[in-house]
Amino acid sequence: MSQFTLYALASAGLFVLSLYSFITYAHLLRKILALNIMSSAVFLLLINVALRNRGEYPDPVPQAMVLTGIVVAVSTTAFALAIARRIYSSIGTTSLPNEEDLE
Amino acid sequence: MTDFFGWVILIPLIGAALTILLGNRLDPLVGLATSVLTLGAVFGLALNVWDLGEQRYAIGGWIVPLGINLYADGLSVLMLLMTAVVGLFVSLYSAGYFEPGSDREGWTEKEAFWPLWLFLWAALNALFLSADLFNLYVTLELLSLSAVALIVVAGGARALTAGMRYLLAAFLGSLTYLFGVAFIYASFGTLDLFNLAENIEGTSVALTAIGLMTVGLVLKTALFPLHFWLPQAHTSAPAPVSAVLSALVVKASFYMLVRLWFEAFPQTIDPSAGQFLGILGAAAIVWGAVQAIGQRRLKLLIAYSTVSQIGYLFLVMPLALAPLVDPGSLTPTWSFDAWRGGIYHALSHALAKASMFLAAGTVLYALGHDRIADLRGLAERLPMTTLAFAISGISLMGLPPTGGFVAKWLLLRASISSGQWWWAAVIVLGSLLAATYVVLVLRQMVQRGDEDLELRPVPKVMEVAAIGLAVCSLVLGLRAIEPLEFLEIGGPFLPGTGE
Repeated sequence: MSQFTLYALASAGLFVLSLYSFITYAHLLRKILALNIMSSAVFLLLINVALRNRGEYPDPVPQAMVLTGIVVAVSTTAFALAIARRIYSSIGTTSLPNEEDLE
Repeated sequence: MTDFFGWVILIPLIGAALTILLGNRLDPLVGLATSVLTLGAVFGLALNVWDLGEQRYAIGGWIVPLGINLYADGLSVLMLLMTAVVGLFVSLYSAGYFEPGSDREGWTEKEAFWPLWLFLWAALNALFLSADLFNLYVTLELLSLSAVALIVVAGGARALTAGMRYLLAAFLGSLTYLFGVAFIYASFGTLDLFNLAENIEGTSVALTAIGLMTVGLVLKTALFPLHFWLPQAHTSAPAPVSAVLSALVVKASFYMLVRLWFEAFPQTIDPSAGQFLGILGAAAIVWGAVQAIGQRRLKLLIAYSTVSQIGYLFLVMPLALAPLVDPGSLTPTWSFDAWRGGIYHALSHALAKASMFLAAGTVLYALGHDRIADLRGLAERLPMTTLAFAISGISLMGLPPTGGFVAKWLLLRASISSGQWWWAAVIVLGSLLAATYVVLVLRQMVQRGDEDLELRPVPKVMEVAAIGLAVCSLVLGLRAIEPLEFLEIGGPFLPGTGE
C-alpha cells in the first residue's frame, strides 16, 4: 500500500469517526469538536495530495486551500462557541433543546 | 467597456464597511445607496453579457491556476439580478422596519443588520461569479456565517437555538463538500469548473467525490429529508432576514449544484442519481406543503412552503438528464426545457417568497403576532400587504400571469415530452396543495374583523416593498422572453438541437 493510499484511508476513517460523533453526541461542545476533527480529516487529505504532487517542491495549491480552510474553520468554530455560550447563559443547557420545549 | 466584475462584489463590501464606520442614523441611507449602486453594477454586467456573451475576469491579472478567475454567463447574471432586485426591496423594507433612534443597550438588531446584510450580499455576488470549486466553498462559507449571524443577532432562546442548528448543519455541509473537492483535486489536479469538465473521468473516486459534494450541498439547500434546520431558522429571524434566507440563500447552494451537475460532471453522472434527487424533490413538494397546511403561524407556514418549493428545483435533475430513447449526439428538447424551468422557478420563487415574508413581517409588525386564526379584518386595514400576499401566493401556485406559471409550464412540458408523466402529476399536486395553504390564510384575512382592532402604524415603505416584489413576480410572468434568452448564453443546453 502506497503512502498516499494509507493517508487517504486515514482521512476517510477520521471523517467517518467525526461524523459518527457529530450525530451521536448531543453536547454542543462535542458537536463542535467533531466538526473540527472533520476539518482535520479534509486537511490531511489535501496535504497528502500536496505531498504526492511534489516535483522539486510540494504542490502549493492544496496547501493554500488548507490555509484558507483553517481560517474558515477557526472563525466558524469561534462563532459556534460564542453561540453555544449564549445558549447556555440564556436557557442553561449545553445541548440544543427541542422546539416544543421553547414554546 | 468597463469591468463590472469587481464592482459587483466591491460595492456591497464597501457599503458594509461604511455602515460599521458611520453612525447608525446613516445606516438606512448608506444601505439604500449601496443597494441602488449594486443593482446598477449588476445591470452593467448583464448588458455586457447580453451583448458579448460569456465573460471571464482574472482578478489582479493573475491567470489560472495561480490566480482566481471570475466568470459570468446568462445563469450567473440572472442569479445576480435576482439578488439585486430582491436586495433592493429588502433594503427599502428594512429602512422602515428597523426604525431609527431605538436606544437599546449593546449591539442591537438594527445596528447589526445593515453590515451583516451587505456582507451577505457581497458573498452571494462573489458566489455567483465564482468558477472554481474552492472559491465556491469559501464564498458559501462567508454566506452561511453572515446568514447565521443575522439570525442569532435577534437574541432570545428561539433564535439562538435555530441559529446554532443552522450553523452546525451548514458547517457539516461545507466540510462534506470540501472533502469531495479534495478528492477531485487529488484525481484530476484542477479546481476550475471548465477545466474539470474536459478532464473528468467516471472513476470510483470521482463518483465518491461527486456524491460527497452533492450531499453537502443538498444539506445546505434543505432538500427533504435534510430540511430539519430550515423552518425554525427562517422564522426566528426578523422579517427582512427571513425574506433573504428563503429567497436567496438557499438558491446559492442550488446554483452550485446546477453548475456542478450540468457543467462540470454531466457526462459522469448516472441518470439514476438524478432520478433519486427527483424523488426527494417530489417528497419535499408534498411533505412541505402538507406541513404548511397544518401550521398555525403565518411565518412557519411560509417557511414550510419554502421546503415544498425547494422540491421543484430538484425536478430539474431527473428531467434534464433523461436520456433519449434513441441515443444520439443531440440534446433532447426536454433537457433545455427542464433546465430553463428549474432556473426560472428559482427566480420566481425568490421574488414571490421574499414578497410573502415581507408581507408576513408587516402583519407581525402591525398586530404583534402572526397567528393565522386571528388575521381577520386585515384585508381592510392593510390592503396593500394582503394584495402582496395574494399575488405572491398566486405565483407559488403557478397560475398565470406570474413567473411561477412560466416555470411550472416549462417543467410540465419537459416531463410530458420526456415521457415521465409522474413528475407532471407531482407538479400539479404541489400546485393544488400550495393553493390550499395560500387560500387558508387569505380566507382569514378577507373576513370582517373587529372594528376597534389596535394596529401599530406601519411605515409606508414596508408595504411598498412587499407589493413591489409581488409586481416583479408578475413582470417575470409577462415578460419571460429576455430572462429565458439570457439562459442560452453559456448554458449547457441549447434550443432546437434535438427532437
